Amino acid sequence: MMRRTARLLWVGWLVHLKMLMRSAFNFWLGVVYPLFFASAAFLMFRSGDDPKPLLYASLGAAVMGIWGATSTSAGAALARERWLGTLELLVTAPAHFALILLPVTIAMATIGVYSMVATLIWGRLVFGIELHVADSLAFALAVPATVASIGALGFLLAVAFVRFRQAWALGNMLEYPVWLVSGFLVPLALFPDWVRPISWALAPTWGIGAIRGAALGGAPFGDIALALLLGGVYTAAGILLLERALRAARVKASLALS
Amino acid sequence: MTSARIFLIGGLISYRALFGWLSPWVFIPSLLVAPIFQILLFVYIGRSAALESDEFYVIGNGIQYASIPCVFAMTNIIAGERFQQTLGSILVTPAPRLPLFVGRALPVVLNGFFVAAFGLVVGGLVVGIHVPATAIAPLVLVTAVSALSCTGLGLLSAGLGLIVRETAVLSNVLFGILLVCTGANVPLDALPDWLRMVAQGMPFTHGIEAARLVADGASAGDVAGLVGREALIGAIYAVAGYLLIHVLERHSRRHGTLERA
Repeated sequence: MMRRTARLLWVGWLVHLKMLMRSAFNFWLGVVYPLFFASAAFLMFRSGDDPKPLLYASLGAAVMGIWGATSTSAGAALARERWLGTLELLVTAPAHFALILLPVTIAMATIGVYSMVATLIWGRLVFGIELHVADSLAFALAVPATVASIGALGFLLAVAFVRFRQAWALGNMLEYPVWLVSGFLVPLALFPDWVRPISWALAPTWGIGAIRGAALGGAPFGDIALALLLGGVYTAAGILLLERALRAARVKASLALS
Repeated sequence: MTSARIFLIGGLISYRALFGWLSPWVFIPSLLVAPIFQILLFVYIGRSAALESDEFYVIGNGIQYASIPCVFAMTNIIAGERFQQTLGSILVTPAPRLPLFVGRALPVVLNGFFVAAFGLVVGGLVVGIHVPATAIAPLVLVTAVSALSCTGLGLLSAGLGLIVRETAVLSNVLFGILLVCTGANVPLDALPDWLRMVAQGMPFTHGIEAARLVADGASAGDVAGLVGREALIGAIYAVAGYLLIHVLERHSRRHGTLERA
């Protein structure tokens, strides 16, 4: 049972990753689009009174692409299956629908690694931002943990927006807020106190904390654990929501129409 | 008379079609909520970098966000028709192209103006910037001219839509260029020299500068030169876009590439 589940998650992730990698839209947008935000941020920090936060911003801008690749796409994940006419087939398959949807959203987050690498190279070549990773092992753990936890957040979004035909727009709307309150480019200390609990409830906050801790020297393992823990919480909440949504869709025969 | 009908009725139908698709479920999150968070993102980056005032980013991003409706919607006048398989039907009609496409640009300008104005007002209220009452009328003028100017760039992008399949990527790239190069977030004197030269030919650069001056107390007359340059740049893009559509339409007829792009 465990082996079959693991295989389903692995194959689902791999197949969707291959599909996304062959999409010009996902590739070019994933690589190029975050570079504009990174460039704007780099130019702003370079021109400011204190250019030291440039390295801080470079890591944040690199991880922004992971959330950027996930938010809109994950919001629209179910609508896309509905549009392709495969939603009913997937829901009625013997495997639990969560096991089909979760690797899809994690594959979307994985595509963001393109943008992460591109942003770090862009920062090095164009802005001369040199990154020396302090703890390679922790960095190697922090990146997949961040991707997985952001993918799990995407899964929760996909499920939460199941009733909306235009779910992509809701996912798109959440791109900036998460960039903002997760502290990708701005230290959390700058925000009003009431924003902090929102930041703490978001896995990307701990993901970027872990990546920064590993790269710049710090204690990244606590942040890695919290990112993974929140990813688990999102997955569990998503499964519960999905059960309710699918039951309601079966009762009302509204799966294709919602 | 026929041209006037095509301009007005075509524009009206296009407006209704735009809002047939652009339901509140898309309009509110994409065009009303997102710009506020873009403003907040750059306000906070600006505070963190200790670079410019909050007003600088509210005005820059409020106006720059008009590029989403202006560029995306204009690009879609070609790509959207192709997707719905009506592009051939439109281009086979004897309707003169100028009123046909310019009429479709009108609702885009209005929508772009509204989105920018909403961003400026709500973004300004959220961040807490003060703009004198005397600045409101000139700000309305500058915002409208900026939306018009960016719609010109959108028409050029629409022309490219006749040969580019991934128009969404194209629109996003244009949005990114406008984000970096127009002085919306990075002061022009902080840009590399070549990028500063590029900025002088982009929509929004002069509009944003004029809006900032107006918010700081300049009169409409003081910024007339900047507003004129903004309008001129938009007009150049619009003419280039119209000519590009004309050339590529003929090319697509000759080579049968209309549906192939």
